[in-house]
Amino acid sequence: MTPNLHLWWIPLLPLIGAAINGLFGKKFSRPAVAGVALTFCGAAFAYASYIASRFSSLAIPYSETLAHWMRAGSFQVDFAFYLDQLSLVMLLVVTGVGFLIHIYSVGYMWEEGGFYRFFSYLNLFMFFMLMLVLGSNYLVMFIGWEGVGLASYLLIGFFFLRDSAAAAGKKAFIVNRIGDFGFLIALFLMIRHFGSLDFSPVFQSVAPMSAETGAAGLLTAIALLLMVGAAGKSAQIPLYVWLPDAMEGPTPVSALIHAATMVTAGVYMISRSHVIFERAPMALTVVAVIGTLTALFAATIGITQTDIKKVLAYSTISQLGYMFLACGVAAFSAAIFHLMTHAFFKGLLFLAAGSVIHAVGGEQDMRKMGGLRKKIPWTSWTMTIGTIAIAGIPPLAGFFSKDEILWRAYQASWVYWLIGLITAFLTSFYMFRLWFLTFTGEYRGSQDAQRHDADTPAAASVPHGGHSHGVHESPMVIIVPLVILAVLSFVGGWIGIPGSLGGKNQFDKFLAPVFHASTPALNSAHTMPGETAPPEQQTEGPEPQTSRTTELTFTGISVVAALLGLGLAWLLYSFQPELPQRIADTLNGLYTTVLNKYYVDDIYAAVLVKPLLAISTKVLWHGVDQNVIDATLNNSADGARQLSDSVRHMQSGNIRSYAGWVAAGAAAVICYMVWLGVRAQ
Amino acid sequence: MVPLNYYLLLSGFLFACGVAGFLIKRNIITIFMSIELMLNGVNLSFVAFAAHWHALSGQIFVFFVMVVAAAEAAVGLAIIIAVYRTRETLNVDQVNLLKL
Repeated sequence: MTPNLHLWWIPLLPLIGAAINGLFGKKFSRPAVAGVALTFCGAAFAYASYIASRFSSLAIPYSETLAHWMRAGSFQVDFAFYLDQLSLVMLLVVTGVGFLIHIYSVGYMWEEGGFYRFFSYLNLFMFFMLMLVLGSNYLVMFIGWEGVGLASYLLIGFFFLRDSAAAAGKKAFIVNRIGDFGFLIALFLMIRHFGSLDFSPVFQSVAPMSAETGAAGLLTAIALLLMVGAAGKSAQIPLYVWLPDAMEGPTPVSALIHAATMVTAGVYMISRSHVIFERAPMALTVVAVIGTLTALFAATIGITQTDIKKVLAYSTISQLGYMFLACGVAAFSAAIFHLMTHAFFKGLLFLAAGSVIHAVGGEQDMRKMGGLRKKIPWTSWTMTIGTIAIAGIPPLAGFFSKDEILWRAYQASWVYWLIGLITAFLTSFYMFRLWFLTFTGEYRGSQDAQRHDADTPAAASVPHGGHSHGVHESPMVIIVPLVILAVLSFVGGWIGIPGSLGGKNQFDKFLAPVFHASTPALNSAHTMPGETAPPEQQTEGPEPQTSRTTELTFTGISVVAALLGLGLAWLLYSFQPELPQRIADTLNGLYTTVLNKYYVDDIYAAVLVKPLLAISTKVLWHGVDQNVIDATLNNSADGARQLSDSVRHMQSGNIRSYAGWVAAGAAAVICYMVWLGVRAQ
Repeated sequence: MVPLNYYLLLSGFLFACGVAGFLIKRNIITIFMSIELMLNGVNLSFVAFAAHWHALSGQIFVFFVMVVAAAEAAVGLAIIIAVYRTRETLNVDQVNLLKL
């Protein structure tokens, strides 16, 4: 028997921190607020690490029930927690990266108003994210799912006095609701057909089913609806629009929620539901196609953006697309691997970007940076590592995870691989563009950075008071998390070195019990019909020699693509910095389209938002609400009042008029009775 | 033998007179007498039916009505005297203290 692990402590600890800071933080001093937040977040990380250290001696999967939640007939949902290899990886990533970002936030937010509020929200986010990761049924997962959405909303709108921040928060929340709608319907379908929401019973009922290769059925429906939910949370086409706007939040929030943890919840959810997805090949194809398109689409937008955080935001969307691609070709462990390395290097990139923004006094426009390498050496070095890692240059983390995904994608279809490769090239290009623009060349900003520059609304009036005295390196409390994340971005990929490069791919083996336990009988279900996919088997067992050579070739190609991206970025932004403008002028129409993010936001505004607003205002508000609901109430009240006004005169106080009414009434009653008598005859 | 119809018509006429007096007159004593007139109009129809159907219950009812009327006259006259003492009028239109 496995001893009781008391997993519920892990989410509870940040919740206590959130409650203390949220309820009493206003009276605390700043060090006290930071102390509370860091203590409880750190305690959660420590407890998670303790569980990780005992992991090998546990009976996995482990689950525990804290309390009954609801019962209706045979349907039952409990507050239950679940631990297996997948949850453990997520647990460590969330608490570990989360704790580092908490430390960083202490330095970054030190001079902002609402210090306690920020940390209360941040701890609250940790609580919900851990509920999401540890939940033993879809409903507990859904609590976390909604909760992180709430925390995300609160933190995006943290500078709520700024209209754009408040609007971005609302946008994120509303777009997520669309996805949550799909998720909820998937849950209802599960209750209807499996009578349970617990992972084990659902997967046990699904496991004997055969893959729905021919006609789409129940599993395809559930999988597609889950995919809608995941697309909302993980910012995939067509629901990705909220993520770039979410950069209105403070930079640590962008790092924690909109890069490292929350946005990967969709990937986690699909991986968790892999039993369902593996039996719904059509849904898998949809996941793969959407992932691929998102990866390419977001990468192209990323090239043209000038706001340093927006570049990273589109890069995040693009990398999430990679993870979806991996899920879509049933390479779930590769998706989780990329999720983990992405958490490291994208967390690092965002934090470093925050440090840069801090250094130049709140400026986010890369055109006003440049030459910062000497002035902020620590930030610059850590960011360099992050950039190389995301670009996919060996031996850093991003290389291994991305290569794994591209290889698995090739096994499914060469189309996925080709688009993935182009995206890898673009990723490398825009990331080094960011790096060259920020750190090399001449400093292009004014000495006391203009904080009310109305050029880009996002950059305008970021409240960084007191930092207008020239470029300066950030304090240690910011640098230490950067260095730790840089080290993780460097070595984090080494646990998953594939066999073709002489490694053992321990990560894949570690997750194997989760993902290979119940693969459906029809193993090649994930290949698209009509595609000339090579008859590859799963990665378990020794791979044939030919495939190893092929794999090495492909690895080489992706490295070359990354280096090409680096070279092109150097050519355009360091060697001949006037060239990009000329290219932009030549390709004017295309450039403008991409610069304006393919007008997707405008199309959504015109096609969805405006008609919706018009219908809501004209029909639902003015029509239904004012003219039907309010009108019914008001008119009946008015009618009663008018009737009373006329009848009021009967109450004259004149006794004889009362007597007259009585007499008239009696006469009327008598007439009626006489009439009845006459009729009866 | 006088037919029943005549009694009933007379009874109705008396009752109508009572109602009219009650509604029209202002003097509280006249109103009081009108009430007595209505009661007696009804009494007349009771005894007429009793005689017609050779049943005693109508006559017994009349006794009850007369007892109630006597009690009512006693209480009513007492009230009238009290009203006159306080208000110094017998006009009901001026006894309107409870009116809004």
